[in-house]
Amino acid sequence: MAETVHPAEQAAHGEHHEEGWVKKYLFSTDHKIIAMQYLFTGMAMGLIGAFFAYVFRMQLAFPGMEVPFFGVVSANEYNSLITNHGAIMIFWVAMPVLIAAFGNFLIPLMIGADDMVFPRINRLSYQIFFISALVLLASFFVEGGGFGGAWTAYPPLSANAAYSLTPMGATLWLVAVALEFVAFLLGGINFVTTLMNSRTKGMGIYDIPMVLWMIIIASILFMASVGPLIAGAVMLFMDQQVGTHFYDPTRGGDPLLWQHLFWFFGHPEVYVVLLPAMGIVADIMPVFARKKLFAYRTILWTAIGTGVLSFTVWAHHQFIAGIDPRMAHVFTITTLLISIPIAEMCFVYIATLYGGSIRLNTPMLWALAFVAEFLIGGVTGIFLGASGADIYFHDTYFVLAHFHYTFFPIAIIGTYAGVTFWFPKMFGRMMNDTLGKIHFWGTIIPFNLIFIPLFVLGAAGQHRRIYDFTNYPMLAEPWMQDLRVLATVSLVVMLAFQLVFFYNVIVSLVRGEKAGKNPWKSNTLEWTTESPPPHGNFGDQYPTVYRPPYEYSHPDREEDYWPQNLPN
Amino acid sequence: MSSAARPIANLRSATGIPTGRLAVWWVVASEIVIFGGILASYIMFRLAHDAWTVQAANTNTTIGAINTFVLLTSSLFAVLGHANAVDGNGKRAAFFLRLTALGGAIFIAIKSYEWYTEISHGFTITSNTFWSFYYTAAGLHALHVIAGAVILLLIARDAAKNLELHRVELIGIYWHFVDIVWIFLFPLLYIAK
Repeated sequence: MAETVHPAEQAAHGEHHEEGWVKKYLFSTDHKIIAMQYLFTGMAMGLIGAFFAYVFRMQLAFPGMEVPFFGVVSANEYNSLITNHGAIMIFWVAMPVLIAAFGNFLIPLMIGADDMVFPRINRLSYQIFFISALVLLASFFVEGGGFGGAWTAYPPLSANAAYSLTPMGATLWLVAVALEFVAFLLGGINFVTTLMNSRTKGMGIYDIPMVLWMIIIASILFMASVGPLIAGAVMLFMDQQVGTHFYDPTRGGDPLLWQHLFWFFGHPEVYVVLLPAMGIVADIMPVFARKKLFAYRTILWTAIGTGVLSFTVWAHHQFIAGIDPRMAHVFTITTLLISIPIAEMCFVYIATLYGGSIRLNTPMLWALAFVAEFLIGGVTGIFLGASGADIYFHDTYFVLAHFHYTFFPIAIIGTYAGVTFWFPKMFGRMMNDTLGKIHFWGTIIPFNLIFIPLFVLGAAGQHRRIYDFTNYPMLAEPWMQDLRVLATVSLVVMLAFQLVFFYNVIVSLVRGEKAGKNPWKSNTLEWTTESPPPHGNFGDQYPTVYRPPYEYSHPDREEDYWPQNLPN
Repeated sequence: MSSAARPIANLRSATGIPTGRLAVWWVVASEIVIFGGILASYIMFRLAHDAWTVQAANTNTTIGAINTFVLLTSSLFAVLGHANAVDGNGKRAAFFLRLTALGGAIFIAIKSYEWYTEISHGFTITSNTFWSFYYTAAGLHALHVIAGAVILLLIARDAAKNLELHRVELIGIYWHFVDIVWIFLFPLLYIAK
């Protein structure tokens, strides 16, 4: 492999120039600042998405009541709330936090570089993302309110204002999603190119920390899957605003086309957000088990295989959309196949723990919870992937509970694992471990109490996207309403416990214990520089890599860790 | 043009491939699936709707063929520009880049005339789903031609001063890609009747 070190690398980054606050924090090209912008924007959007969930869960548990901080929920508002809850949590929380924030922060630091290859494209990516968030928020305040046709935006509901009743909201929603895609294409190209070309001296492809591999594979998956949906979004936009009939069956169009284009993206998208979370967990577990990551190359090739396979499963979302039953068989087989590599990765993580010297700090608790909770999400997916069972389960709360058992571990547990683990590096101070554990249990226990009842309700036939179940006698039995109340109360409890996290963040930022360079005694390169890292990351000396990233408790060595940059 | 100092990350090349070229190939990869999506949708619909043949008969193959010739010729100029950039002759490279952009402009001018004629004959974007595809796919392509022409002129401005000559190759890759998309659009929208 050609390793070229540019002579300028010897030149000092020493010259320190002060910049104004606006330039430094709003128009910075520094990857760490951009990471923070993505992180805080994503978390702010997460609060909005969580608030939406609170409002519509209150409506379902106590139909027609005046919801505190919102008021009485109308049917149209209910549709808009569930639609935007889903869209926000996936496009404006999971992706910006897991891919953009962690990718931006970690890629240059972990490969021993000073920044991304294209810092200004990086800044542009965030700016477009920020505008997309503003467009989405604006869509709630236009005539007719925010889009209410569900985050999957199936036509004709999404294409025809006469059905959706949101003439402006539907288009603004679509524009916001399209802008978000542009932001992530720009970011993804930057990530992939940086990892390919800007690794420091000595870092071969098997010396790259797993979390970076996962973010890069996710970026490539996104790039390869989103194109057809962009084409589909252009056609949907034309249907909405120009009057074409791409999705109108009465005029030569076909609504199923959208379903194919959407899910051709939508299913790989699950792995786009899953893999970074898997990578975060893979990087945390060896540190807190003081043991080498089990089967590095197996994980890597499994992730790549999962990515390839994820392009062949999309029609399992359409089993009752009228697709050919023979085709449904094919998609059943591919769908069940894809559970094999994911199960394998979970086993590999468990094998990493086996015989390790496990420390149950907060980040490790989150990492363990990720595997445990995601497992439930994966196993319940088997029922939905089998076309026969799916005919019964389709569009019930069983589906809803299933994908929350996958997305919650990904977007929330994965994020908390990553934030609590890299917080010392990001801000130079340790988080309070006791508060962290209170927050952990206060999140995990209510989470299960929200969604286990919803599995039961779904299996009993409760359909999704219904505004008021009291209108349906078979769904309004007292035991069913009790379970709905249980889920809603658990949600409120879980949201209340998030205050502990924000309190912990603020208190730790102000008077947390100083972290030092390497508080967790970890091996990867980001821990060899100051916390927080200075502009340019490594001062005037870039690290050289001598070994893979997970050499913990090596028999030849007295200390139980062996940083990548030490010659021996 | 660029005043900000480049990061060290931009100057490294662990793969041995120049960073800019690598990035442009990823841009092309992400674009292929966008056009792939719309063309695959079109082909699926076309197979299901024999009646579209009647509509497709109204497209003007001659104008399409002339435009194909214009675009391919402009790609030749992009290649000549690249050859000159490799030799370090920025002035001549800039000359050929401007010719390439001119080819793009002629393409758009012919396309505008063609669309004007079709729309005045009543074949609008809403008259039938074939025409919806016709205008949407070719319009998306035309946007890429316009963007490419603007970038060509920006790069030509620097190249004329012998600056950033490596960028001549990068826009060349992109321009060829835009060209190849047309190579798919032309038979699908014009020849298949």
